[in-house]
Amino acid sequence: MRLTCPLCGDRDRREFHYYGSDAYLDRPAEGAAPAAWDDYLHNRDNPAGLTKDLWYHEQGCAQWLVVTRNTVTHEVSAVELVAGRAGA
Amino acid sequence: MRYSGLKVLTEGLFGNKGWKPAWRDPAPKAEYDAIVIGGGGHGLSTAYYLAKNHKLTNVAVLEKGYLGGGNVGRNTTIVRANYFLPGNQEFYSHSLKLWEGLEAELNYNVMHSQRGLINLFHSDGQRDAFARRGNAMVTLGDDAVLLDREGVRELLPWLDFEQTRFPIYGGLLHPRGGTARHDAVAWGYARAGDRRGVDLIQNCEVTGIDIEGGRVVGVQTTRGAIRAKKVGIVVAGRSSQVAAMAGMRLPIESHVLQAFVTEGLKPVIDHVISFGMGHFYISQSDKGGLVFGGDLDFYASYAARGNLPMVEHVMEAGMTLMPMIGRARVLRSWGGIMDMSPDGSPIIDKTHVEGLYLDCGWNYGGFKAVPASGWCMAHLMATDQPHDVARRFRLDRFRTGHLLDEEGTGSQHNLH
Repeated sequence: MRLTCPLCGDRDRREFHYYGSDAYLDRPAEGAAPAAWDDYLHNRDNPAGLTKDLWYHEQGCAQWLVVTRNTVTHEVSAVELVAGRAGA
Repeated sequence: MRYSGLKVLTEGLFGNKGWKPAWRDPAPKAEYDAIVIGGGGHGLSTAYYLAKNHKLTNVAVLEKGYLGGGNVGRNTTIVRANYFLPGNQEFYSHSLKLWEGLEAELNYNVMHSQRGLINLFHSDGQRDAFARRGNAMVTLGDDAVLLDREGVRELLPWLDFEQTRFPIYGGLLHPRGGTARHDAVAWGYARAGDRRGVDLIQNCEVTGIDIEGGRVVGVQTTRGAIRAKKVGIVVAGRSSQVAAMAGMRLPIESHVLQAFVTEGLKPVIDHVISFGMGHFYISQSDKGGLVFGGDLDFYASYAARGNLPMVEHVMEAGMTLMPMIGRARVLRSWGGIMDMSPDGSPIIDKTHVEGLYLDCGWNYGGFKAVPASGWCMAHLMATDQPHDVARRFRLDRFRTGHLLDEEGTGSQHNLH
């Protein structure tokens, strides 16, 4: 698998660290109920198909990225910067 | 038909014409007392123990493909009871005891081989941790022997003890640990369940779960609707999809784990060896192939195949530990879909829907758990009470903070 970083271009998968679902960007508001935090930290849609997840370009530009890819085929359709998005 | 040495002999003498199919191929009935979704190791053992322990024989196992075609059909076959945390410990101890009687229980040769498992350690701190783990195992009544470097050298003289990064200080030997024939476990439970009246229904994908007034009343399948007041979801890597049919969002992320087999070689590795610091473990199958694997690929995947960086990493770790395998040729590799839970431990619990039960989150350790998982899931489905050895495998433990984080790596799916 290779990812095309918006800043660095086409790079080997080994340069990137996978963090998890992009649901991590939807952080509960201050004072949210414990159930909201439980859901945020632990529960996942875990789709078989298109997913958006967070990758860190550890050995490149050190940017957090949202990668849109297919979990069944490993096809990558988009790589975008997290910077500038809500929740970032 | 009961299998025996005499049966093999007489069939051999008369052209093997008397063998019959190991189980029936029934059409689904309109209603069952209980339905188990998923015909893998855990689902088949659940159905067997529902019939055997709880006298529930009007039971169906619904499998979308063929029996035992998922992870139980492809894994590295390790059977062990070397857990440390209360909650995990007694469960895996129970499972190992079931393994030890499994062949007589099922009248099926599952080729359970207690060849001993050796976990290597590489520092003083790691030795202390392994001594503590070994003491916990012995206290519970299981077996563990702390080997120093010479003790390991006596058993495994061909390891590279002086490697610069992780010199071998010793190992924790678990003599009752070992391997089993993966397919045979599924087939053995399938046949034994069938003999007790369980309907094994293949090519039958569940497409919906029918719920009325907060109670489960049945399932929709590609072979029609089937009613049941009790339904168990035992579908490993596909847990999120099936649970979503009941409106649930699970603490599960599915990841790919790769493993590898070489060409058949003469007997050379007598034990199961794990090299945790290198993320590598290995044993030799009865056919002679070296069976080995490493860590997850570390990203969510349903692809049932991994990527090359982890292949390279596993091969490097193997060469670091035992350079003698360098000339062995890898015949095949595969990727299995692991239902990773946030703390690396499983879930056997009720759900918010009455009569709907969940058995999932086996991470990459489900094979050794097959007997006890079925035992405890059957107990839960039949009595509505958790079995004592599985009482901590709760679905709500992430919310309440009662985690079972055996590795102490944190509450995130890909860290275990």
